[in-house]
Amino acid sequence: MTAIPLSWWVSVATALFVIGLYATLTRKNAIAVLIGLELMLNSANINFVAFNRYTTPNQVGGQIFAVFVIAIAAAEAAVALAIIIATYRRSATVDVEDIDSMKF
Amino acid sequence: MAEQIVFFIFTILVLGGGIGIISTKNLYYSALFLSMTLSGMAGYFVLLNAGFLAAVQVVVYVGAIAILILFAIMLSRRMMTSSEPQTNRQTWLAAIVSPLLFIAILVLVLQVNWPVSSAAPTGDALILLGMSFLGSYVIPFEVISVLLLVALVGAIILARDTHTDTGREQ
Repeated sequence: MTAIPLSWWVSVATALFVIGLYATLTRKNAIAVLIGLELMLNSANINFVAFNRYTTPNQVGGQIFAVFVIAIAAAEAAVALAIIIATYRRSATVDVEDIDSMKF
Repeated sequence: MAEQIVFFIFTILVLGGGIGIISTKNLYYSALFLSMTLSGMAGYFVLLNAGFLAAVQVVVYVGAIAILILFAIMLSRRMMTSSEPQTNRQTWLAAIVSPLLFIAILVLVLQVNWPVSSAAPTGDALILLGMSFLGSYVIPFEVISVLLLVALVGAIILARDTHTDTGREQ
C-alpha cells in the first residue's frame, strides 16, 4: 500500500477544482475562463486516476476515463480558442462581458 | 515517507500554479502558471502508477493545450492589457462561494469510508490500457477519434479569416 492516503488526493483535487471554479467565475478575459475550465477538468482527472489506483488497482477503468477527459479537453480547447480568435477578429474584444450579441 | 515528500513537491507545483493563475493580473503569466500546474499533474500520475497518462499529460496538455493558449493570448494581446481590471463584478461573491464549496465537498467526501483495496498493482498498466481500448472500450475510443476530427475541422473553419481585411491586425 502506498504511503499516501486517498483523502490527500481528494483534498488536492477539490482544492484545484475550487481554484478553477473561481478563475472561471471571476475572470473577464475569455482565455482566462478557458484556463479555469482546464483546471477543473484536471482536478476530475486526479480523482479518476486516484480512485482507480486505490479501489481497483488491477483494472484501468479510471485511467481510460482520464484519457477520454484529456481528449475531450483538447478538442474543447481547440474549438474554444478558434471561437475566441474569430470573436476577436469580428468585434475586437475577448471580454466575455462585451460578447453579448446573442443575449436576449 | 519518500512518496509523501514527492507528493508535497508536486502539490506545491499544482496548487501553487493554481494560486498563481487566479492571483496574477497578467494573462501571459496565467498561461505559464497553467503549464506549471499541468506538469505537476504529470508527476501525480507517475505517483499513481499511471505512467502512460503522465506521458499523455505532458504531450497533450503541456505540449499542445498550453502552447495553444499562449498562441491565442498573443493573437489577442492588445485588447486586454494588464493595467485594466481582469475580474468582473462577481469577484466577491465567488470569493465567498468558492471556499464554502471547498469546505462542503471536503466535509462530505472525507466522511465516506471508501473501499480502499490494499493490493499492489500487478502487471503492466500499459498492456491493460491497450487491451481495454481495443476491447471493451472500442466504441468510445472510435467515437473520440471522430470527435477529435470534427473538432480539428471545426476549429480550422471557425478560425479561418473569411474576409480579406487582415490589415486590421497590423
